[in-house]
Amino acid sequence: MKIDRREFLKLAGIGSVVFVAGPGSILNVAEAAKSGNDDFFFVQLSDTHWGFTGPAVNPDAEGTLKKAITAVNSLKSQPEFVMFTGDLTHVTEDEKERRKRLSEFRKIVSELKVKNVRFMPGEHDAGLDEGKIFKEFFETTHYTFDYKGVHFIVLDNVSDPTSSIGETQLAWLSGDLKQLDKGARIVVFTHRPLFDLSPDWDWHTRDGSKALDVLMPFPNVTIFYGHIHQEHHHKTGHIDHHAAQGLMYPLPAPGSVPKKQPVPWDAKAPYKGLGFRGVNADVKKAKYDIAEFGVRGERL
Amino acid sequence: MKPGKYVIPILILSIFLFVVISHFTGGYIMADEKEKVIQITAKKFEYSPKDITVKRDVPVVLEFTSLDRLHGFNCPSLGIRSDILPGKTTQLRFTPNKAGSFPFHCDNFCGLGHEGMTGTIIVEE
Repeated sequence: MKIDRREFLKLAGIGSVVFVAGPGSILNVAEAAKSGNDDFFFVQLSDTHWGFTGPAVNPDAEGTLKKAITAVNSLKSQPEFVMFTGDLTHVTEDEKERRKRLSEFRKIVSELKVKNVRFMPGEHDAGLDEGKIFKEFFETTHYTFDYKGVHFIVLDNVSDPTSSIGETQLAWLSGDLKQLDKGARIVVFTHRPLFDLSPDWDWHTRDGSKALDVLMPFPNVTIFYGHIHQEHHHKTGHIDHHAAQGLMYPLPAPGSVPKKQPVPWDAKAPYKGLGFRGVNADVKKAKYDIAEFGVRGERL
Repeated sequence: MKPGKYVIPILILSIFLFVVISHFTGGYIMADEKEKVIQITAKKFEYSPKDITVKRDVPVVLEFTSLDRLHGFNCPSLGIRSDILPGKTTQLRFTPNKAGSFPFHCDNFCGLGHEGMTGTIIVEE
């Protein structure tokens, strides 16, 4: 039996016999379901930019995030957790307004059915005050957690305005990795890409190579990030990097235009380029099947 | 005659000439026979000047000053970058070895207009 990913995601978590071999492929491996491993499904949302206004880019700036929350809540199989990979709010220099936006954002996403929801900042949330106000709402900008055999590392490459992780956090990362077996399943969440996707568009992390260097000895590492407001896949060595769509405005493909600017709203295709993703983690194989969704939950 | 009595007038005259020449060369100062010094100010969210014209194979010193907060200068296609700190002059030396127009941008996040804080280095033959 072959089914598409949407069906797969609907079935995931309710005893489905469908397992995956990586992005772009679906395998029907009936026996895999009997193996008893703890595969699971999570959702990544990114770059919600709550507080942004610009009708030419998104005339539904106040409704887009809410629609995405409704769409996630409507998934037949609910994710086991949800991860927001930064730029929760659109930047403002007014600290009172920044608190207001973060507060409103938190209230909106509290409508998610799943209550295991995790956050990290983007430069719009934390770049002007080194994460001070973000921490008032979400306590910390970098942390780890373990879930069903996968070690998740949330790296902050935005609170330092120089687009860097910084030596202190890099030492913390090295210390965390030293506690792991080489075969550990590791997923890293960042906001900016850790590799030089497009430095002239500020799509990089200045000391990202240092983080990749300490991750490289581990054969099972996958990185999910945001920042570039579009789906993108890349490999550095054996490490996969997957960028997610945003939920306020799309940006052009790297280097495709002379100047990076939000893609104008297309009235014939509203919400085009906006959405979220579901990820099915096959822990045993350390593989992650990705399904992209539009804002209203339509499978892309 | 005491040669020492001319020292102070010569010094004053030198400073005067330096200021006048600097003024009439529009911010371009010859640091020595080979280097061209270009003064650039940065503030939210612009550089002044934002278009910088230099000559190929002529050494350049970019002298940055920020008028408000931390900014950055990054010109990836020429392989040069620098932080720009408030209250401090930062020098960046380079010698352009190819002609053309090379965009630069602020790479230290500085706020709402950060994305538009850009400029161009024009290298003439």
